Amino acid sequence: MNSLISRRFRLVAAAALAVAALAGGERARADKVPAGVPKNPDDRTILHVLNRLGFGARPGDVERVRRIGLDAYIEQQLHPDRIPETTIASRLAQFETLGKSSGELARDYFVPAMEARQRAQRQAAADGQKDAAAASGDDAKRMRTPEQMELQRKERAVLAELSEQKILRAAYSDRQLEEVMTDFWFNHFNVFAGKGPTQVYLTEYERDVIRPRALGRFHDLLDATATSPAMLFYLDNWQSVDPDMEARLAREGLQPRGGFGSPFGRPRMRRPGLFPPQPRAGQPAANAQRPKRGLNENYGRELMELHTLGVDGGYTQHDVVDVARCFTGWTIANPRQGGGFRFEPRMHDAGPKVVLGHKIKAGGGRDDGEQVLDILAKHRATARFISTKLVRRFVSDTPPPSLVSRAAARFQQTDGNIREVLKTIFTSPEFYAADAYRAKVKSPFEFIVSAVRATGADVQNALPLVQTARQLGEPLYMCQPPTGYKDTADAWVNTGALLNRMNFALALASGKMRGVEAAANAAVPAATAESVRTYLVDAVLANDISSATQSTLAKALDPRQAAALVLGSPEFQRR
Amino acid sequence: MISRRVFLKNGGLALVSLGFAPAFIARTVEAAGSTRRKVLIAIFQRGAVDGLNMIVPFGERGYYAARPSIAIPQPGSADGAIDLDGFFGLHPRLGALEPLWRARQLAIVHACGSPDGTRSHFDAQDYMETATPGVKSTQDGWLNRIMHAQEHANATPFRAVALAPQLPRSLQGTAPALAINQLDQFGIRAGQASEMVQASFEAEYAAAADRVLNRTGSEAFDAVRMLKSADPRKYQPENGAEYPRSAYGEALRQIAQLIKADVGLEIAFAEAGGWDTHVNQGASAGQLGARLDDFGRGIAALHRDLGDRLSDVVILTMSEFGRAVAENGNRGTDHGHGNAMLVIGGDVRGGRVYGRWPGLAPEQRYEGRDLAVTTDFRSVFAEVVRTHLGVADMRAVFPGFETKQAVPLPSTFCLLPSAFYLLPSTFCLLPSTFWLRA
Repeated sequence: MNSLISRRFRLVAAAALAVAALAGGERARADKVPAGVPKNPDDRTILHVLNRLGFGARPGDVERVRRIGLDAYIEQQLHPDRIPETTIASRLAQFETLGKSSGELARDYFVPAMEARQRAQRQAAADGQKDAAAASGDDAKRMRTPEQMELQRKERAVLAELSEQKILRAAYSDRQLEEVMTDFWFNHFNVFAGKGPTQVYLTEYERDVIRPRALGRFHDLLDATATSPAMLFYLDNWQSVDPDMEARLAREGLQPRGGFGSPFGRPRMRRPGLFPPQPRAGQPAANAQRPKRGLNENYGRELMELHTLGVDGGYTQHDVVDVARCFTGWTIANPRQGGGFRFEPRMHDAGPKVVLGHKIKAGGGRDDGEQVLDILAKHRATARFISTKLVRRFVSDTPPPSLVSRAAARFQQTDGNIREVLKTIFTSPEFYAADAYRAKVKSPFEFIVSAVRATGADVQNALPLVQTARQLGEPLYMCQPPTGYKDTADAWVNTGALLNRMNFALALASGKMRGVEAAANAAVPAATAESVRTYLVDAVLANDISSATQSTLAKALDPRQAAALVLGSPEFQRR
Repeated sequence: MISRRVFLKNGGLALVSLGFAPAFIARTVEAAGSTRRKVLIAIFQRGAVDGLNMIVPFGERGYYAARPSIAIPQPGSADGAIDLDGFFGLHPRLGALEPLWRARQLAIVHACGSPDGTRSHFDAQDYMETATPGVKSTQDGWLNRIMHAQEHANATPFRAVALAPQLPRSLQGTAPALAINQLDQFGIRAGQASEMVQASFEAEYAAAADRVLNRTGSEAFDAVRMLKSADPRKYQPENGAEYPRSAYGEALRQIAQLIKADVGLEIAFAEAGGWDTHVNQGASAGQLGARLDDFGRGIAALHRDLGDRLSDVVILTMSEFGRAVAENGNRGTDHGHGNAMLVIGGDVRGGRVYGRWPGLAPEQRYEGRDLAVTTDFRSVFAEVVRTHLGVADMRAVFPGFETKQAVPLPSTFCLLPSAFYLLPSTFCLLPSTFWLRA
């Protein structure tokens, strides 16, 4: 193993020397803005592609890409189904929840813990506990017996395993672009693990909704998210009903169906008359009746603002209301039990609607929502909005308008074929332009994963890395607003976060991350400060570092310091 | 002439010529004659708090009608609102703030918000944090611009600090600002080699051609050195202050530490989330109640902890917009418009609810559904910036905000019959001279 790695290291170093001799000429050509994928890419260009289509270079990656050819590598990444997944599969085999359905996860992981909490709560109420836990309503603190703690551990394992999986896939999967795009689309169609049963559906959401469509057709992705219980719950659509429903059902002599967890569940206990209206406050007694269930605009608004048209996409408050009306009845069979999507005609507002100038006829039922998704997926503003976000992700914080236009045109020509839009970006002069090189600051997740990849460290337990992502400001699956995380440098570059990055580099390099092999050792076995430095600077930074970084690295006392000073350097914060 | 003073006690005369946003603070920074700095603590309630249940207009016709399942009961009822002035009341879970009100150190501005009507969290937060409603191209945040408008030689790396994992939009910009999550984790941690490693990283960043990383790096290392010598850990909560054990409570506790450590803090930022209560918001108890409990106890603890330093401090709370007057079909509230802001401090003319109350009847609402805005949120920001922080150049901080309207209405008005609230705002401007402190 050792000899193998050091042989590879020598190979890479030799290749780098050869390339360095040519670098002057290569760079001059790059500045002239090549069209298409460069035929004889230098290390910088190969690293650029590895940094953008994936989470950075692993030991030997630059060589590998050179061997198969840069264009062939890009083509391969655009077709993840052609890349075997054996390596990552064995790493993920240790997790028990990743393959389970939402129903199974609810039944075996979430419901038992929830019921135990309810029992504990009832017990606390019966005991008249006045301690802090009871008063604060902090259910977790009431779960103290070994059985209760075990149930709680199991419940938490679901999100923990999903988060570990995200790190491991990004670090070790050969389908790098698929992982980048899964991260991109999850963030685009963001749901927040902290909101009620959203967590029950998260595993399925990423696995069955996002990842299989990450390079497919945008329309399919939009449809799949619209009918996903994760999104229906997170943006409240599952509870949005025709405001006239109750009156209508009463006229038709029907009763809303009841049952735990159903949108027709029994009304909460209320206390009418407990606070009678004062004359001046004027609360008419007639209003003290059960509130009507009604329209919830949350999904309708975010669908247009964040998923498709963009905030300047030309829709109005009226459109928001009518889109929300179209989606009434798109609900979840039984959210706490992990049930699936269901269209409930009794909740649906059957009246006519107008969305962005399109008339939607009365009585369309579920088709109303389908029509809206169709209008939005085909809308010009959507092509532009999605293309802008993709160019921002892959090229620069200030997306070149010329490329955005071409990507948007490709989006429309191909009926929103994401693979084709990406191809337009990856073969564009803008993508290879000098000002796109290291133009992006890595997000915390990208930084962590790229550090693991750069050193080739073996991660047995990814939880400390999950924790690091939180400390650096990007808790995985825990972005609360529907906007998702920002994809620009200003969101991530600040003094506190920068120091945390340096500290993570130190911890990773010196083996202080539990369950993660000391990165300095992983990079170059039996390493010296000198060999680690040379190796890392060559393999992941294409020898392109400032003279200050160079002389600082020269002063490193041991391999761990050398590795930390590379991973924490300003050069390594960019991709 | 001086009729535009609102919630801060008497400011310097210079402010009169500027012509807008009034005074609710007693002394300017110059008048204080102290070397201690004035501090602004901005607290952002992200997600749009329901201002109508936070500061309850229990005297309002229509409040109870619009919210059959989530209204806060009248004062005197079980778990009812805490009466402030016979018309407005605090949510019962905000009991921790009642003593501040009674001590006249808490002022409330109601029906306050943005002239822009967006109901998008994203846009509305952006507009509030840049203080340029309707303008998306603004690069920097309003708190950052304060630093440019008042450059001084004694500025330290801790002049502006967000106790948060990321720098909020309000503090982004070209003036240096810090985001710190945990003060005691702030620095390079490499055991024995810490100093040497820190020097190495510092050299790398100092030489970086990359401007963003270069600047951020140098700010970081300056700050580390300064914090190390000031050692804020020795300042533990005083006067029996107990902060809630939330990230928000923790942020406020550390803001107090920085203030007491005299590291040059002038602008602090903290945030509290979880306000987007579309479903099962709850009334006195429930989801919103639990969040407000945390929110109010945090401010009360900070108030108590700061003791007499409170005379140098103004705490200002904000949220991107309010929520619809009527509850929705899920016992929650959808995105709305006008909201309430709290202003707390030693120099605040508290114990009053400011702003013209527009009423909640359907025809009085914004677009027929939301609490109307009668005070531009920038008027409130502006008064704090000018009177408390002593910034002269308002236009640099609030570009494009030239309005001369300020809408003070002392809370005594709230004792008058509700018909008064229907009067036009020009009328409501008149009596403000009555409650100025000499």
